[in-house]
Amino acid sequence: MATPSGITLKELSKKEGLLTSGHRLCAGCGAPIVVKMVLLAAEGPIVAANATGCLEVSTCISDFTAWKIPWIHNAFENAAATISGVETMYRSLKKQGKISKDIKFIAFGGDGGTYDIGFQSLSGAMERGHDMLYVCYDNGAYMNTGIQRSSATPFGADTTTCPAGSVIQGKPQQRKNLTKIMAAHDIPYAAQASPSHWMDLVKKVKKALSITGPKFINILSPCNRGWRSRTDDAIMLSRLGVETCYWPLYEIENGVTKVTFKPKEKKPLVDFLKPQGRFKHLFAPENEGMLKQAQEVVDKEWESLLKASGTE
Amino acid sequence: MKLKGWKELTPGAVCTEAGSALKFKTGSWRASRPKFIEENCIQCLFCWIYCPDMAVKVKDGKVTGFDYDYCKGCGICALECPGKKGNKAIVMEGEGK
Amino acid sequence: MSKVVAVTGNEAVAEALRQVNPDVSSAYPITPATDIMQRFTSFVSNGKVKTEMILVESEHSAMSGCIGASAAGGRVMTATSSQGLALMWEELFIASGTRLPIVMALVNRALSAPLNIHGDHSDGMGARDCGWIQLWSENAQESYDNTIQAFRIAEHMDIRLPAMVCLDGFIISHSIERIEYLEDDKVKNFIGEFKQVNPLLDLEHPVSYGPLILPDYYMEYRRAHAEVMSKVPGVVLDVAKEFEKMSGRKYGFFEEYRLDDAEVGIVILNSAAGTTKDVIDSFREKGIKAGLLKPRLYRPFPYEEVGSALKHLKAICVLDRADAFGGSYGPLFMDIASSLYTCKEKPVLLNKIYGLGGRDYLPEHAELVLNELAEVAKTGKEKTFKEYIGVRE
Repeated sequence: MATPSGITLKELSKKEGLLTSGHRLCAGCGAPIVVKMVLLAAEGPIVAANATGCLEVSTCISDFTAWKIPWIHNAFENAAATISGVETMYRSLKKQGKISKDIKFIAFGGDGGTYDIGFQSLSGAMERGHDMLYVCYDNGAYMNTGIQRSSATPFGADTTTCPAGSVIQGKPQQRKNLTKIMAAHDIPYAAQASPSHWMDLVKKVKKALSITGPKFINILSPCNRGWRSRTDDAIMLSRLGVETCYWPLYEIENGVTKVTFKPKEKKPLVDFLKPQGRFKHLFAPENEGMLKQAQEVVDKEWESLLKASGTE
Repeated sequence: MKLKGWKELTPGAVCTEAGSALKFKTGSWRASRPKFIEENCIQCLFCWIYCPDMAVKVKDGKVTGFDYDYCKGCGICALECPGKKGNKAIVMEGEGK
Repeated sequence: MSKVVAVTGNEAVAEALRQVNPDVSSAYPITPATDIMQRFTSFVSNGKVKTEMILVESEHSAMSGCIGASAAGGRVMTATSSQGLALMWEELFIASGTRLPIVMALVNRALSAPLNIHGDHSDGMGARDCGWIQLWSENAQESYDNTIQAFRIAEHMDIRLPAMVCLDGFIISHSIERIEYLEDDKVKNFIGEFKQVNPLLDLEHPVSYGPLILPDYYMEYRRAHAEVMSKVPGVVLDVAKEFEKMSGRKYGFFEEYRLDDAEVGIVILNSAAGTTKDVIDSFREKGIKAGLLKPRLYRPFPYEEVGSALKHLKAICVLDRADAFGGSYGPLFMDIASSLYTCKEKPVLLNKIYGLGGRDYLPEHAELVLNELAEVAKTGKEKTFKEYIGVRE
């Protein structure tokens, strides 16, 4: 299938896979799909840093590593600070004539290590202007430690620290809009992507890596354990996330917003929520107000993106 | 597998063999496995791009089958497969069949 | 020609760092370490060093950046004190567990609460078991010399461990002393080229740093780490020998001051040792056989050598500029007591806590201690094992 951009799955399939099989992420996990796509999009050498979490812990255990690129895990809250150090050493050695190759730097972190505990070091790295790409694989909770809520957890979701009970019905707060917060750092590129829309994701990663400076891409990463969904529906759910505009696909390049995918038919949010057990309680009649509230927030954000993008 | 003594370890626990995870065969995790029905395959390569375990074998841009050493049987490939005229090129069947 | 100058401790450390000229520094300011990095960054701004700075947003990120840069494959340094060290605590263990030869100047300052910005040893003592090499410095000259030697020790191919150089906050960091600087090229040759070990930037040999280790291997990694630590003392002495050839100044595990024939002795770290040595001289004139031991290599602690040096005394007072709450005795006392444990004949050991939060340590305090020691040596009996001195009741 020829595409205007010249990017085809056939061409991508000829590339060497830089994340190997044999990792111990759950069957059907969204994270390795996200990482695979990001690494396929890259042209040229990559060095990566990884925050503690599912991805890190399952891809490098003892002397088994699924990474075929140089990779460093330091601690939970400092993937951005760690890659800042690697990138700075690269610049120093390049200036001294000790390195000549062009290397790109990518930090991977889950929503835990990015929105919450890693927020400070991410903000610092973005503000300092390091030439790096930060990729957040957002599965909406601290999954590795057992599905505890994060600031990325959707409104009303049942997690192990805000379970749906008789007094409290899941997470009372709305999600933090990290993508916009990153864009507010005036970085040259911030975007949202989804593995279901692989071409959009690959294009965004390619664009980001071609820009010098700090870049941020937030990628929806379904977790069938935490979302209480099926092992085979990661792509289906991420597609629904996009089509319901729960997870809009857009980019903010030098302050200019552009929606990169407009669903032909905007589906109601419940289409995304229904297949997930973590939202089951929201379908009880007494929680109708919560569903309405959730839909309103999604609509408001989508409207504001369309307006900013000039594509009403 | 014999465990190493302290003298044989790498300094700082650094893994010096890239991709050594390939030595860990996750295929044993499966409860069901994908079956390839080649005549229904339109070679869209969706199964290949969506597989979380890089377990779809592709040669010269064409899907040839699955790597059962690593396939965890998640079923994403089967669900996403568009197939030909409503007939899937990948169906999940019980492991041990 | 080496240069004689009048500089503060911080200035001297900054100068040493300029001469070492590391590849990267990732740092965050904190009193009283701040002006090491301020002076250093003015070297950067004026092109006097090749160092790329990362002006991070916290000390935790400072050490994280150092770890990233060191693993990438180059020479890295930073400086901090007190709360900054406390904030980077988890990173200290990660740096040493990952075997990265990062060098850090630790300007000793009291830990909160209560908040205090002045000099005591609680910060360095709090981090004594994190797997870093620790060198303690009495004055600006030692701070300068230790900083230079720290790079050689840390980067030694048998070692590859991070090292911190401790100096007293304000008392040394901000006081002007007469010291000698070595020539730039002498320091450059002494330090040599940085040798990379498993650098991240080596694309031909991609490595993964920081795996998850399970109960089947963690203990073996710790055992291997202990083995490396055991090699440090030998390297410290080798480096000191080479340093002596270059500078004429001699260094070892500790300084022994009039200790050979001493009957009573004080064991004390850093600047207060200087004050104490003067008082020891005056006591010697009075006919009292007093001596002093001032540790320099604090981690790994040279238990055997310290025990040998002290065992002939009749009474020793260990003066701690930090208390180990709940530990009953000060941290230095516990190491000295351990060093004498195996000796058949042991001196009477006393512990006094002094100088916390920048409280002055004066000659009269040393006199008080030595007078008490002289009594104890006579009678063989002590009145209290441990007390705070210089405190208002």
